[in-house]
Amino acid sequence: LADPDERARFEELVLPHIDSAYNLARWLVRSDAAQDLTQEAMLRAYRFFGGFRGGDPRAWLLKIVRNTCYTWLDSGRGSQDAAEFNEEIHGVEEATPESLAIAGADCERLGRALDRLPPKSKEVLVLRELEGCSYKEIAEVTGLPIGTVMSSLSRARRKLEQALGADERKETP
Amino acid sequence: MSCGQAQWLHGYFDGELDAARAMEFEAHLEGCAACTRALAVQEALRKAIGAADLYAKAPASLRSRVRAQLSTPRAVFAPRGGVRGFAAAASLLLVLFGAWRTVAWRADVAERDVAKQVLDAHLRSLQLTHLTDVASTDQHTVKPWFVGKIDFAPPVADFSSEGFPLAGGRLDVVGGRSVAALVYNRRKHVINLFVWPSEESDAAPRSGAQRGYAWIRWTRGRMSFWVVSDVAPSDLEEFARLISRS
Repeated sequence: LADPDERARFEELVLPHIDSAYNLARWLVRSDAAQDLTQEAMLRAYRFFGGFRGGDPRAWLLKIVRNTCYTWLDSGRGSQDAAEFNEEIHGVEEATPESLAIAGADCERLGRALDRLPPKSKEVLVLRELEGCSYKEIAEVTGLPIGTVMSSLSRARRKLEQALGADERKETP
Repeated sequence: MSCGQAQWLHGYFDGELDAARAMEFEAHLEGCAACTRALAVQEALRKAIGAADLYAKAPASLRSRVRAQLSTPRAVFAPRGGVRGFAAAASLLLVLFGAWRTVAWRADVAERDVAKQVLDAHLRSLQLTHLTDVASTDQHTVKPWFVGKIDFAPPVADFSSEGFPLAGGRLDVVGGRSVAALVYNRRKHVINLFVWPSEESDAAPRSGAQRGYAWIRWTRGRMSFWVVSDVAPSDLEEFARLISRS
């Protein structure tokens, strides 16, 4: 990619999405490694930029970020967090708008709850709620069939509600 | 919330249903308390997420690291095209540094350690808005500034006419010792030149790259010289040649 035009095109189309790239990496790997992984993914994107055939550059980049993060997670370098939310252990309580309003007033608590979700739940929530991706974009990034994005989101949101509720009970036993 | 229409709730909530389905679900909502409540839960959840400010923006240092890496082709391709890059850069250097007998490339562990510290010092200088202690393009202002602050006199010269204007100088620390850092500009890039006294005899330039930044070092007249920057390697080599001849 020594071509200066290609580089200029990359800087114009892909580089501006570095915030999105880092945000996804940060939530997926939940460690300081997010910076290095983002850098690695940006570099990979730069190398593979010749293969980018138009379309949505953000979704294209996020797909690479996601793959980079999963490779890293699968290699076991991520912390195997025992506290990951598990509805069977933590029990289930129906969330209400009121309880969510209370939980939402505590930003750290929401962040903690999101952090404890499994990566597959976390990623659809991050893409939808933080990144504002459409179902089509979510399907492109995650490789999910578009018909299952809605049910994945539904499950992920339910998990988040439950994780919030579990956190609440932990604090006020 | 076990009603036949509930499966559409998230699609409706996200505005992803087609018009007909959305209207159908809306009509259903009017008569279904469970779905109405479930929708309110989703709205509250989204509101909470929005208020929690969870978006993690890329740190400025990451941004500049990535940019630097893009402008250093050798670093970009280092992991795979290492040998080819090595050969190309080596032949380029041989031409540029024809005066020197040998061009040694293999950096030993100690050198890599110093390289890392020099690079850290370079990055610190960029990040902490502490690029210069004395900001001046005049070598006759910068050179006397070091007197009394360090126990040696670094060579200071301006290379504006060659496209490397002097921007100033500062004291820095490398390997636990005070060193002189001279700051030059190359277009919008910053080059740091680190100088300190050395016990080593003259040594031909060696170069390398770390984290997307290129460095060149040499020893001359009992002084150790290190230049580091994210400029194109050929620019850095030209700059090193200017400094070493001055």
